[in-house]
Amino acid sequence: MSEQLATRTLIVRLMLLAVVMFVFGFALVPIYDVMCKAFGINGKTGGQYEGSQVSDPSRTVKVQFMSTNASDMVWDFYSKADQLDVHPGALNQMIFVARNPSNRPMTAQAIPSISPAEAAAYFHKTECFCFSQQVLQPGERIEMPVRFIVDRDLPKDVKHLTLAYTLFDITARQPPVAQVAGQASQGAR
Amino acid sequence: MSAVIDDHGHAGADHAHGPAKGLMRWVLTTNHKDIGTMYLWFSFCAFLLGGSFAMVIRAELFQPGLQIVQPEFFNQMTTMHGLVMVFGAVMPAFVGLANWMIPLMIGAPDMALPRMNNFSFWLLPAAFLLLVSTLFMPGGGPNFGWTFYAPLSTTYAPESVTFFIFAIHLMGISSIMGAINVIATILNLRAPGMTLMKMPLFVWTWLITAFLLIAVMPVLAGVVTMMLMDIHFGTSFFSAAGGGDPVLFQHVFWFFGHPEVYIMILPAFGAVSSIIPAFSRKPLFGYTSMVYATGAIAFLSFIVWAHHMFVVGIPVVGELFFMYATMLIAVPTGVKVFNWVSTMWQGSLTFETPMLFAVAFVILFTIGGFSGLMLAIAPADFQYHDTYFVVAHFHYVLVPGAIFGIFASAYYWLPKWTGHMYDETLGKLHFWLSFIGMNMAFFPMHFVGLAGMPRRIPDYNLQFADFNMISSIGAFTFGATQIFFLFIVIKCIRGGKPAPAKPWDGADGLEWTIPSPAPYHTFVTPPEVK
Amino acid sequence: MMRHPHVWMGLLLWSVFGQAHAAWTVNMAPGATEVSNAVFDLHMTIFWICVIIGLVVFGAMFWSMIIHRRSTGQEPAHFHEHTWVEILWTVVPFLILVAMAIRATKTLIDIYDASESDLDVQVTGYQWKWHYKYLGQDVEFFSNLATPADQIHNKSPKDEHYLLEVDQPLVLPVDAKVRFLVTAADVIHSWWMPAFAVKRDAIPGFVNEAWTRVKKPGIYRGQCTELCGKDHGFMPIVVEVKSKPDFDAWLAERKAESAKLKELTSKEWTLQELVERGDKVYHTTCVACHQAEGQGLPPMFPALKGSKIATGPKEGHLSLVFHGKPGTAMAAFGKQLSEVDIAAVVTYERNAWGNNKGDMVTPKDVLALKQAESQ
Repeated sequence: MSEQLATRTLIVRLMLLAVVMFVFGFALVPIYDVMCKAFGINGKTGGQYEGSQVSDPSRTVKVQFMSTNASDMVWDFYSKADQLDVHPGALNQMIFVARNPSNRPMTAQAIPSISPAEAAAYFHKTECFCFSQQVLQPGERIEMPVRFIVDRDLPKDVKHLTLAYTLFDITARQPPVAQVAGQASQGAR
Repeated sequence: MSAVIDDHGHAGADHAHGPAKGLMRWVLTTNHKDIGTMYLWFSFCAFLLGGSFAMVIRAELFQPGLQIVQPEFFNQMTTMHGLVMVFGAVMPAFVGLANWMIPLMIGAPDMALPRMNNFSFWLLPAAFLLLVSTLFMPGGGPNFGWTFYAPLSTTYAPESVTFFIFAIHLMGISSIMGAINVIATILNLRAPGMTLMKMPLFVWTWLITAFLLIAVMPVLAGVVTMMLMDIHFGTSFFSAAGGGDPVLFQHVFWFFGHPEVYIMILPAFGAVSSIIPAFSRKPLFGYTSMVYATGAIAFLSFIVWAHHMFVVGIPVVGELFFMYATMLIAVPTGVKVFNWVSTMWQGSLTFETPMLFAVAFVILFTIGGFSGLMLAIAPADFQYHDTYFVVAHFHYVLVPGAIFGIFASAYYWLPKWTGHMYDETLGKLHFWLSFIGMNMAFFPMHFVGLAGMPRRIPDYNLQFADFNMISSIGAFTFGATQIFFLFIVIKCIRGGKPAPAKPWDGADGLEWTIPSPAPYHTFVTPPEVK
Repeated sequence: MMRHPHVWMGLLLWSVFGQAHAAWTVNMAPGATEVSNAVFDLHMTIFWICVIIGLVVFGAMFWSMIIHRRSTGQEPAHFHEHTWVEILWTVVPFLILVAMAIRATKTLIDIYDASESDLDVQVTGYQWKWHYKYLGQDVEFFSNLATPADQIHNKSPKDEHYLLEVDQPLVLPVDAKVRFLVTAADVIHSWWMPAFAVKRDAIPGFVNEAWTRVKKPGIYRGQCTELCGKDHGFMPIVVEVKSKPDFDAWLAERKAESAKLKELTSKEWTLQELVERGDKVYHTTCVACHQAEGQGLPPMFPALKGSKIATGPKEGHLSLVFHGKPGTAMAAFGKQLSEVDIAAVVTYERNAWGNNKGDMVTPKDVLALKQAESQ
């Protein structure tokens, strides 16, 4: 009898272990996010930056801008300049242009990515169109500013970084009609 | 170790009845030997099915150009070949061996949870029916590789992906239940005197494998559940458009995937650790270090997963960590190989079929280990990654590793299962044809991989043509030879020289203390182990 | 015949390893960059380490398989452990691995140092082609498989670079540090150039870095190495490395082309504008033969007024003006006039002298024709 009891306890524990591991699988998602933010894995950037810094004119960093459309995205999407030379700590601005050439209203989400990835933690956006979704009517064109600060603590060997945006069509997921009134709901980033 | 000869097998039959008659015996059985047999047959069917997919692949790659199948179907074949071989052939074969042999090796009357045992087996055919049926669905079956990287397997997947996900869930549940059963049996049903450090290594490796299964199969279930949610419920775990990350998929998948490859090899380590001493007529060298090495390999398997992802753009610190950890695995694995060689050293060797397969296992698995060590060097992996060099590597550890381990086990224990000796000449022929076919199929893959041929492509440049043709001929040889194995097994079941209780004079262990064929019920009264 | 097996053996070996089979490549190539050379050295080092360990282990195994057979009357020994041997074979491999790891670490850190590049190229993977963009240079293009379908389906003989040829290769300067920013537009791809030892996954929504500095001009070939769907095997990578002046000339030409494209595409031409411009072009270039009212000078110079060509499909009309008519005085104006002028004059001819077709040929049409021709 005691052997059966022991078996039952063991089974319960093992099943519990299986359940814990299943939950752990999902827990990997937030863990991964934290790791990404901490170590800049994949060049993920943080959310809106509230702080401000003093410019360091002794140093110049080249910031490059890349804009890519996901393959099914028909918008025109580009930055007004290919690159900026900036001083760490200073607030900078770049204008991105988007135009919806199609004949239907569409919703888009831009996803930012920084390269080299270890610089991502030192790239702060105080304002970005990627924080929200964009809704454009047929033929509509908008100019969207990105304001950013390159952290003064950016490792010395990084002299050059790239801010890449990929524009995704999410009309199917977020029909624009619902979006028109509120314009922009807070996006994931 | 000498155990009391068990004569309770027959006595047991008096109060617990023999097998039921007809089909229902198999449907409702809770007997570990019946279930073990069913697992083994199931895995052999899956092996032939997965093998036939491989034949389609090799036939298409026989020559450059597209001749037999279109790329779309080719991708389904590579995917299904991988899934069926991993989840249908190798894993169930080891579960079958565990069902048959663990109770016999530790002196237990049956598995600890016989009804769950039955259920976990019958989930498998259901899962595979579901999986294989996807091939006939509109849009075809899974075509995204057995690693099913998102978003190819989510946003861009064929409709049938949902069925694929459910099939994986069923297999996962089956594996977890099987693993719980194995652990409960090993920890609670050992005969008096059978301490942990007296257990045969097959039992030890299975105990560790079972823990690995419980630890990682739920993670696999988790990752396919996330896929399901991304596809049907609008979440964005792996879709960049919604703030997710396709690379996250790879991290979670390989957190499962790397322990999974040890799940497929550790039981083979255990079986070979019984077979080599038996035919060397000498005790296993370094039993204790074998146990610790297995534990070390299992532990390390959890911290090396990202070596499958050296080119996804992990920060350099991460690359270094995973490179070092991966290289470290060579140490305990080396210990095992050295132990096997030392076991043979100054033994009194004979080369019956099980020994032939076991020796080939050690040599060829070591070659697979060498290429694994090469792959661990991250900068070199930038060249090897996703080429045929990788294909060669994992087929060297899985075919002469897992599969030869299973063949060695099958020949070693067939006399115990059937009560007849298999035909030694045919067995040796099976070995040599498999050995030649396998090397011919997979060795040239090292060359084409190094020369620059990516994996998972249906067509290739002319410079790879000669080696691919050789590979294909080798693969056809290997494939055809396995039908021959079926013939040998059936012949052995139907008749042959009667097997004594202990057909191998150097063999050791409780399973040889009972008559051959093993009675339906064994060790109803536990044997005493000194 | 079979009395000299060693002769046959020799022949077999020769056929396997002989020079005649250049295609029987059995090893990685050292490649064309410092990094690829370093990777090749690492590869060879670890390979030889494996060979030596293998010789020791397999040597011992075969020794025992030959000498310690029961048929030789061998009595089995009984040892089953030996502490210091076991310690030794744990420690020695460990030390070998440490030595190996140190070398690999150096190379890896080098591979990761993509800073201070001379040229930045964005590489984007699509199902199933590559797109290259020279950042800050206004030059971008798709690179598609150029192997004809007939070769793939075995209807015509396969050429040397079967499946490894593209319509427009990526062009890079020699001896310059080139940074690749790798991303994808749909699923995950992987950009691999074996000769540079560069392999980077292209991940949708994320950007990855890699770099190279090629030492020798030439044409290098590679392929996508991440399963990306149906035509994963049909999206090769070709890189043409040119000397600095050649590269600059090439880049200037591409820039001019793209500037031209921009000029043409930036302006939406109306029928009226084209006709006005075409009127001028006609009266400087065509009027001598076809005359002011399009009546021509038959039979030498056919009339355009009411002609089959000028009132037929515009594609045929454009093609005739573009290519000319061999054997006649009609020149191939594609080489002489700009896209805008060709478009304008064709549009003019279709709408003058009562030819009132009302349709127009745009400069983009001409450009498309030109690009189609140049391939």
